[in-house]
Amino acid sequence: MKMKWYPQCIRGLLSTTGLISFSPLFAQNTGKPAFYFPHLNGLLLILFVLIFFMLAAALYLKFKTGEMIKMIKRLKHRNAAKNFEDYIGNLNSEQIEAYLNYKKESSPTKTSSAKNTGTLLKTIFFFLLLWLKGGQLFAQGTDPDKGSVLGETGIIITIVLLLIPISAGIVFMVIKVLSLIKQNRNRLNLAEADQLAQYLATSPDEDTRAALLKRKEALDYALTNNELSGNLSPQDSRGLISNISVSSALPVVVQKKRAVKRPNIDPRLSQLVLWYLGCATFWLLFGTTVGEYLGIKFVAPDADHVSWLSFGRLRPVHTNAVFWGWASLGMLGLAYYTVPRVSNTKLASFKMGWYSLHLINAAVLLGTICLMAGINNGGGEYREYIWPVMLLFGIALVLTLINFLQTIARRTTKEIYISNWYIVAALIFGLVISIVAYVPWWQDGLGETIIQGYYMHQGVGMWFMMMTLGLVYYYLPQQLNRPIYSYSLGILAYWTQILFYTLIGTHHFVFSSIPWWLQTIAIVGSVGMVIPVVAGTTNFIMTFKGAWHKITDSYTLPFFLVGIIFYFTGSLQGTAEAFRSTNLMWHFTDFTVAHSHLTMYGIISFFVWAGIYTIIPRLTGREAPQITVGAHFWFALIGLLFYTVPLMYGSTLKGLMWMDGKPFMESVIFSAPYWLWRAIGGSLMWVSHLFFAYNIYKMFAAGSVVDVKEAAFEKLSQKSENTI
Amino acid sequence: MEFFDNHKKLFGATFLLFAGLTILVAILPAINNQRNNAPLPNAEVLSGDAVQGKAIFIANGCVACHTQQVRNVDMDKTWGSRPSIAADYAGIHRTDIWRNTATLMGTERTGPDLTNIGSRQPSMEWNLVHLYNPRIVVKESIMPAYPWMFTIKAEPAKDDVVVNVPEAFLKGKAGKVVATRQALQLVAYLQSLKQTPLPDGRPAPEFLYKRTERKQAAAGDAVQGLDGAALYATNCQSCHQANGEGLKGAFPSLKDSKIVLDDNPETMVNIIMNGYTAREKEGFPPMPAVGTDNKLSAEEVAAIMNHEKTSWGNNAKQVTPEQIKEIIDAVKIKAN
Repeated sequence: MKMKWYPQCIRGLLSTTGLISFSPLFAQNTGKPAFYFPHLNGLLLILFVLIFFMLAAALYLKFKTGEMIKMIKRLKHRNAAKNFEDYIGNLNSEQIEAYLNYKKESSPTKTSSAKNTGTLLKTIFFFLLLWLKGGQLFAQGTDPDKGSVLGETGIIITIVLLLIPISAGIVFMVIKVLSLIKQNRNRLNLAEADQLAQYLATSPDEDTRAALLKRKEALDYALTNNELSGNLSPQDSRGLISNISVSSALPVVVQKKRAVKRPNIDPRLSQLVLWYLGCATFWLLFGTTVGEYLGIKFVAPDADHVSWLSFGRLRPVHTNAVFWGWASLGMLGLAYYTVPRVSNTKLASFKMGWYSLHLINAAVLLGTICLMAGINNGGGEYREYIWPVMLLFGIALVLTLINFLQTIARRTTKEIYISNWYIVAALIFGLVISIVAYVPWWQDGLGETIIQGYYMHQGVGMWFMMMTLGLVYYYLPQQLNRPIYSYSLGILAYWTQILFYTLIGTHHFVFSSIPWWLQTIAIVGSVGMVIPVVAGTTNFIMTFKGAWHKITDSYTLPFFLVGIIFYFTGSLQGTAEAFRSTNLMWHFTDFTVAHSHLTMYGIISFFVWAGIYTIIPRLTGREAPQITVGAHFWFALIGLLFYTVPLMYGSTLKGLMWMDGKPFMESVIFSAPYWLWRAIGGSLMWVSHLFFAYNIYKMFAAGSVVDVKEAAFEKLSQKSENTI
Repeated sequence: MEFFDNHKKLFGATFLLFAGLTILVAILPAINNQRNNAPLPNAEVLSGDAVQGKAIFIANGCVACHTQQVRNVDMDKTWGSRPSIAADYAGIHRTDIWRNTATLMGTERTGPDLTNIGSRQPSMEWNLVHLYNPRIVVKESIMPAYPWMFTIKAEPAKDDVVVNVPEAFLKGKAGKVVATRQALQLVAYLQSLKQTPLPDGRPAPEFLYKRTERKQAAAGDAVQGLDGAALYATNCQSCHQANGEGLKGAFPSLKDSKIVLDDNPETMVNIIMNGYTAREKEGFPPMPAVGTDNKLSAEEVAAIMNHEKTSWGNNAKQVTPEQIKEIIDAVKIKAN
């Protein structure tokens, strides 16, 4: 019953977005300008629903405050004495005692409630002001008739995506305001209490006294609390009670649930996984330190004049180090744990695992040196390493693929769990795109650019995204302790991702000299990506259903949640960017940079962190201090938002300046403040990585407090070994 | 389902689907495009120095910020007289067995597009100063400086190319800044970047997404639609600077310039359209034929001239587009 509306909803959504988006593509084939499309209704509808939702929230708040004002008025005029009789009838034992013992000497002072009402009115006025302002802002932001830009599908999609967090913010504000109202209500009640106290100050007559004494006796009756249990300590014959915490000191941060140690993990596997994750952390620190420096160079271009550190050489060092060093090693480390685990068997070959690790590290190290020395492949993004360097990475992929396939072949489960679909597929695709892009005998000329579009986007979507999704299909249910919502949705997302993602590469070269039809296919594919993204997001969110409360006492789930949110918004933003009309404005600007950080950082990195914080404590038995995990999370999230939001805003305006034919330098000068924000956001992200590295250190080796029980048994076992 | 439980079938199918799509959407179009493509008959082949310069351009990752593609959209008109076409890239081949083709189309325009930079900024002196430190000539530029492509010599040899660097940028170093071979090769490459005109009779592809408002404005009032200050910023400012004072010893001042203040605009138009070499003795390099190179219309030239004639304290008689059109026609004949 419950599920019925759901597929219909999705179908409806898809068909509307489909309709809206496809028609302009073909309209534009004629080469005529097409800023307005006839089928905007669907998206506008969503937009209006969101605005309606906000208005409803505003009305609700208005109603609530109106109610409160009424209450204040009522309080001033009502007959208090009548209520007081009721209050006395409902006193509890202690109150009765206090009342009976009350001595007349005390003379309660009268407090005026007028003061309270004054502050209350001020608060309400303040909030009304806030609304009015908010209302004006929205009116400006969403009125589609104001300018031609706002009529474009891509822009509307972006606005809708932006409105999602904003409406979440409004919900939050409503909650806050309600609690404020509650506070004020309490204040009013306190005023009433004053009056009651005055009334009570006159001592009771004899009848009331007797009745009250009797009532007190009845209320004071209590059980002994061991009528059912007796006085014996509990027997736990099934081992259900564990991890009893008796510490009651006030913690600095909320204490979250601790990781449970997994039984029977092959120490060889532990060591392999830990080395992958450790190396990944190193490359994250290295790569983002370079990235941070590049961000600073936008603000201070004369920071150094060393050829090896010049911007053009360092930029690919940054991107490739975080791609092939950090994200790839991180994902593979997590995959080395996942693949044998969900196959319920042992890893086929540890040796191949180690070889892969060494090869990838060698590739990134050599690649970095080559790039800084000025040896590169001719500059296609993420294809800057020359092929002999990338060959090492390719061999590592082959070894890992063979290793995983052999492990899966030996599985003791009948079915292949969906995680392994995604992980193995990612390895296959990673290999295919590397071979297509790097084999040195066939591309010569313009083919390079077509392959570049294909390669760089498949690298992002079919290597990073595919494998990360596979990891989420394992680690998310593991952390929620409940199965994935729908296996079928996972399968749907799998095939549609392959079908649509493979097509979209060329959307990086819209309006360039490669064939127009190929560009159109890429745009259509980008729209098709809505299907796997919606399917995947739905699947993850629905897995959370009924377990949302777990987020508050877990330090891994927030990472998953952020990853899921950015998976949805970041991926759909990619669709919005692919249209011809939005390409006009955003292509060549830093909007692309913001988008790639939203996705590679917001999605991939957050998911990998989630996996790392899940798994390492289970391998080493040591956890990171929760306060530094929290610091990592918040610095990374806030830094990412500081980085991307101003950059997207500034780039949109910059694109409009270009379209308007303003001199180029004007757009450079205009961008300066947004580049400063980017550097600030980048710095926060970088600081979060320092926390992350510290956490890794704590989880790996830090001298943790000796566990008395474990140490005792270790000694015991040593003794028994000695005697043998 | 049995299919899903058999890893060979499942992953085999996955591979085939992906590989099939790859062939259709990437490999076949790529092969088709690079085979059915030939350079324009009048395209110039890069000189030896320019080839070396391109290698330096690639090694330093300049493509990270500079595109080399004029898209077929109206806003890209600034960067070239026609949209780039496939044939423009047909002469570019693999660098060598180790490295890929490097069409250098780029995906980021943090700096200006360079498709036509050889026409837009042909001056070697400007390019060298700009390479030594871009902020000498463009104050707000964020481009990296490349001082390691220059050496400092106390007494430059006769063949050395001396670059006129203001003292503030020398950071206390004494001597003359001399361009190394590397810098000269890089500039040779930049100077070679020019759009090849299409052979006669072939119509250029159209620029799409025309600016509609701009057109309406132009129809109503042709002259007022043009912003002289913006045109000056795009075409002249990198040498003569925003304050019109040029750069001491490198680019002459327009402020209080006799030629700019002259009520007879003929000399000024001639300089803009045909370039100028008369002040080389004072150390000023030849001025390129900016008006002709950038295909400025009479209206645009008039707007720029009026801006120069009325800014920075200059106060000279303004000119009309009709007047300028006549002179342009005249000086063109003279130049030929």
